[in-house]
Amino acid sequence: MQFGVFTVGDVTPDPTTGRTPTEGERIAAMVAIARKAEEVGLDVFATGEHHNEPFVPSSPTTLLGYVAAQTERLLLSTAVTLITTNDPVKIAEDYAMLQHLAGGRVDLTMGRGNTGPVYPWFGKDIRDGIPLAVENYALLRRLWTEDVVDWEGRFRTPLQSFTSTPRPLDGVPPFVWHGSIRSPEIAEQAAYYGDGFFANHIFWPKEHFIRLVDFYRRRYEHYGHGRADQAVVGLGGQVFVRKNSQDAVREFRPYFDNAPVYGHGPSLEEFTEQTPLTVGSPQEVIDKTLTFREHFGDYQRQLFLIDHAGLPLDVVLEQMEILGSEVVPVLRREMDLMRPAHVPDAPTHASRTAARDAATAGLGAPEPATAATVA
Amino acid sequence: MDRRSLVVLSAGLGQPSSSRLLADRLAASAVDALRGRDVEVDVTVVEIRDVARDLADHLVANATTPALRSALDAVATADAVVAVTPVFAASYSGLFKTFVDALDRDALTEVPVVVGATAGTQRHSLVLEHAMRPLFAHLRALVLPTAVFAAPEDWGGEQGVSGDALSTRVDRAAGQLADVVAARPARRPRDPFDDAPSFADLLSGR
Repeated sequence: MQFGVFTVGDVTPDPTTGRTPTEGERIAAMVAIARKAEEVGLDVFATGEHHNEPFVPSSPTTLLGYVAAQTERLLLSTAVTLITTNDPVKIAEDYAMLQHLAGGRVDLTMGRGNTGPVYPWFGKDIRDGIPLAVENYALLRRLWTEDVVDWEGRFRTPLQSFTSTPRPLDGVPPFVWHGSIRSPEIAEQAAYYGDGFFANHIFWPKEHFIRLVDFYRRRYEHYGHGRADQAVVGLGGQVFVRKNSQDAVREFRPYFDNAPVYGHGPSLEEFTEQTPLTVGSPQEVIDKTLTFREHFGDYQRQLFLIDHAGLPLDVVLEQMEILGSEVVPVLRREMDLMRPAHVPDAPTHASRTAARDAATAGLGAPEPATAATVA
Repeated sequence: MDRRSLVVLSAGLGQPSSSRLLADRLAASAVDALRGRDVEVDVTVVEIRDVARDLADHLVANATTPALRSALDAVATADAVVAVTPVFAASYSGLFKTFVDALDRDALTEVPVVVGATAGTQRHSLVLEHAMRPLFAHLRALVLPTAVFAAPEDWGGEQGVSGDALSTRVDRAAGQLADVVAARPARRPRDPFDDAPSFADLLSGR
């Protein structure tokens, strides 16, 4: 089981002081958060990708490449990579490059993006969101798995004799998750390829997400990648934790009340009751997170959102200390104990390379006989 | 006996409200008319005021509470709908429209709907024709020809000042609704998961 944090990279005023960090401060904070993730024993750091204010992370591989150089063990990921408005050729190249620099510590989560104007800014139309995600990703896979690609599609200029460079590290492309909060089509896409499915279920009531994840699991089995309970599932989460529950609620309330996206809407109490948000003690975070497993089955990746809404960096780093020392070790132990042996861990570069080698060895065995027959 | 579901949507704010009163009369008459056509009706009342805060949260925070979800689902699975709003500022109320805004795009496609409105004066009666009917036409609902408006005098008068008594208009609208509902098969609501396209279809651009 992998645990980590994901950031959307919003530049938001701290509602308790009115102070807005500079873009430089926010970017430095994201790096500090990533380094802290490794320091406190988390597995994953994932960054969002945005091309509009008030968000800073427009260039994820630049950020992740920098983090890669300052970490040794941390898995670097995205939440999400825009498969709709990015050129799939550039995604193939950027992330293969990052993969080499990070020694394989890279995976991606594909998402469509929901900001209307971003599509036309990149020459696309939001109404083509699903077809773009389908076509672009199909091309991306070919660019990573075939050395020379001839290709023609609806959304991009054709390719003749194109080789995306560098080739993926060890010939094994980064593992891909597909993120969706609504569309069965994206769950279907993840299932078809045997990729992971990431459900950032932090807003809506869980019933919808349970159906979405169940659908992905069912289709994963349908396409022959394994049993439904072996499908690769990641979930979002959102926490604010202090030793005492009351302190957590008191300190987080102004951030909640003024947060982008859900501020000035439901009360903190309603939101914590109806969504994965937990504001409380380490034990409360543990208890709530364990319910995810009951709702969605054994899953492979848990990412927490901890740094938005103007929370100052020192507070965020304290959160991570508590997560790393008091929350995640317990969750890791509990989840591992409950997980049946046939349910796999999330794929890594090492496990995927080993699986590829095993498959090649299996296929390679009959070759001499075949060659002899032909000779 | 066949069974059909009827959702009664009322945007009245008072308790009791004249919008709810009108909605209940339309529903009762529709139930009678359908029973006369051998159709049993399950009636679900959605008082929009009960989910007013949920709707505000839905707008600003993209959060759908269980109560709002069940109200939206009731409409999205209904075989027929009676929708009644008070008239505010020459149109349906903002709360009524906010609920309609929260519906899925296909929630009322080809669903028979009787529209009604209440107001403090009959001068507002054309709200049904210039606001309610186009709104439901946009949603591709089957809006029945008779729409029912009730001004204060309708609740007392035996004969409307200009036209038929309220009860006559209610029964006419309900009869039209019953004819359409009885003639149609029960609705099979669209399921986003059961009806999801296969990946082969997605890949080939179908």
